[in-house]
Amino acid sequence: MNITRRRLLVLLPAAAIAWKHILAGTPEASPNYKLTEHWWGMLVDVTKCIGCGNCVRACQTENDVPDGYYRTWVERYHLEGWAFQNPKVDSPDGGKNGFPPGNQSGGKNFFVPKLCNHCVESPCTQVCPVGATFVTPDGVVLIDQKYCLGCRYCVQACPYGCRFIHPQKETAEKCTLCYHRITKGLTTACCESCPTGARQLADLKDPKDPIHEFLRTHSIQVLKPYMATNSKVFYNGLDGSVR
Amino acid sequence: MPLVDGFMYPNEVELQWSVLIVLYPYLTGLVAGAFILASLERVFRVEAVKPTYRLALLTALAFLLVAPLPLQLHLGHPERSPEMYLTPHRSSAMAMFGFVYLWYLMAVLVVEIWLDYRRDIVLMSQSSRGWKRLIYRVLTLGSDNISERALQIDERVGWLVTVIGIPSAFLLHGYVGFIFGSVKANPWWSTPLMPVVFLFSAMVSGIAAVMCLYMFLNWLRRVPIDMRCVDTVARYLFYTFIIDFSLEMLDLIHRIYEADESFRSLDFMVHTRLFTSQVLIQILAGTVLPIALLALTQVLKLPEAARKSIYSVAGLLTLIGIFAMRWNVVIGGQLFSKSFLGYTTYKMGFVTREGLLMAIFLSILPLLILGVLVKLLPPWSEKGAMPEPQPPA
Repeated sequence: MNITRRRLLVLLPAAAIAWKHILAGTPEASPNYKLTEHWWGMLVDVTKCIGCGNCVRACQTENDVPDGYYRTWVERYHLEGWAFQNPKVDSPDGGKNGFPPGNQSGGKNFFVPKLCNHCVESPCTQVCPVGATFVTPDGVVLIDQKYCLGCRYCVQACPYGCRFIHPQKETAEKCTLCYHRITKGLTTACCESCPTGARQLADLKDPKDPIHEFLRTHSIQVLKPYMATNSKVFYNGLDGSVR
Repeated sequence: MPLVDGFMYPNEVELQWSVLIVLYPYLTGLVAGAFILASLERVFRVEAVKPTYRLALLTALAFLLVAPLPLQLHLGHPERSPEMYLTPHRSSAMAMFGFVYLWYLMAVLVVEIWLDYRRDIVLMSQSSRGWKRLIYRVLTLGSDNISERALQIDERVGWLVTVIGIPSAFLLHGYVGFIFGSVKANPWWSTPLMPVVFLFSAMVSGIAAVMCLYMFLNWLRRVPIDMRCVDTVARYLFYTFIIDFSLEMLDLIHRIYEADESFRSLDFMVHTRLFTSQVLIQILAGTVLPIALLALTQVLKLPEAARKSIYSVAGLLTLIGIFAMRWNVVIGGQLFSKSFLGYTTYKMGFVTREGLLMAIFLSILPLLILGVLVKLLPPWSEKGAMPEPQPPA
């Protein structure tokens, strides 16, 4: 093949871009998965959560989460009387090993599982200086670990405390909604391990997903609605005291 | 004191932004303030502050060169930081800082200093020997025309650059305030007043720094202090400080009166974990006391020696107070939980990448750079003296 100087000048940048993609590695193949046909979220039924910590353990195992950091965790709330502004909350080890018996008798007790809310208007995505945090076309907020600077602005910007800096990688981390699983037709590790079905993965674009019927027939709330982040983790039975 | 008091979200216990991020707004603030002081002479023709003009510019440059270092050191992956320039995320307040910084450094400060010093550089390139001659020759950038016409053009262009520089300095530091003020998840930071408060506190700290440096350098060189100049600078410091304090009090009163859901949590924090740094150091020792001292000099006719002492003490207290203000914003904003149900503790390392020793080094580094700059580009006349002191107006 006869390559002219002009043609070479055109080809070189294209080759450089192609090489960069090769170096970046190719994503795991999910041949039947179409990004534009899904819009992922999660349903958390607070009334069903028993605080067993299965979800936290499953998440840590599935995603190799370092000790002391949490992609998901469970909080225990205790309320006396009408003082919903002063709940007693604990989450020992993120609820990974369940909860010891509470000291208080009476009042109201319940568990609240927490995870990244995969917000449509996510503040973490907005503030990332290089766009390493992004929203996928199927509605999951992810972090490009090879691109993240580790500036921690996203950790500050998340109203829900869902992000942390991985102590070894020194990049931001959080729940990926088990993206490697859901793109293969599986559910998330936390949903799969929940014994009571308190967590349900939801595909908001799938008309057959039971989420639509659930949203229609139940009082649903999101965390900190005043933050206007358009959260996609929907809570059933969420008490007004939950922060 | 326990590490955690009450309930924190489990990922919140560890503070993300350390003392280095306290230094970052502090250093940029000194830059903006010093430049605005310099512009008083250049644009607003406040002749009395002329002896500080060049020193203010060099101070701004020395601090500006160091300002990005704390950020760089704090990054988990500093080697990726050029991505902020190559692929900036336009919706990110932080991404644009790189461009604002470069604009201010290269298009404003360096150009203004070069234009102002060009005549001196050319003369020194002719009169010096050896490596100094080489440095000055490089600094002329090949332009050795110092005819009256050329200097007039320098003057006009320099004036224009300063005019552009004032909003740029406002932008630089107001922007740093915006980085914090726009974080809606954090009620301690999230206020539209944040950029304005940062800007005025920057002016206060920059003016105080140049005033102290001017007096210290003159003392070091055994040259009399131009009291007309220092009195004027102190007067500007006093006025700016009052505006700054009023804005901070406005923010405080607004928070107390509005008392939104975060108030009880923040109020408790100010009365406990932030009491020393906020109430004692920032407000009482770093704001009320220097304002009172400066007010004394405005009201009473004090002898020169007393005024010098008061200006020195007030200037140093101001610098400490503004540093405490940055500390309370950055560290204070991370001590409470976003659940408003608990508090954590900041434990500063010593010999770590983001520890105390590094912070001390980064605080001293601009002064060392300033020392080199002053040697290379003396801010005073060739005879070795500042412009002649003049009688008070």
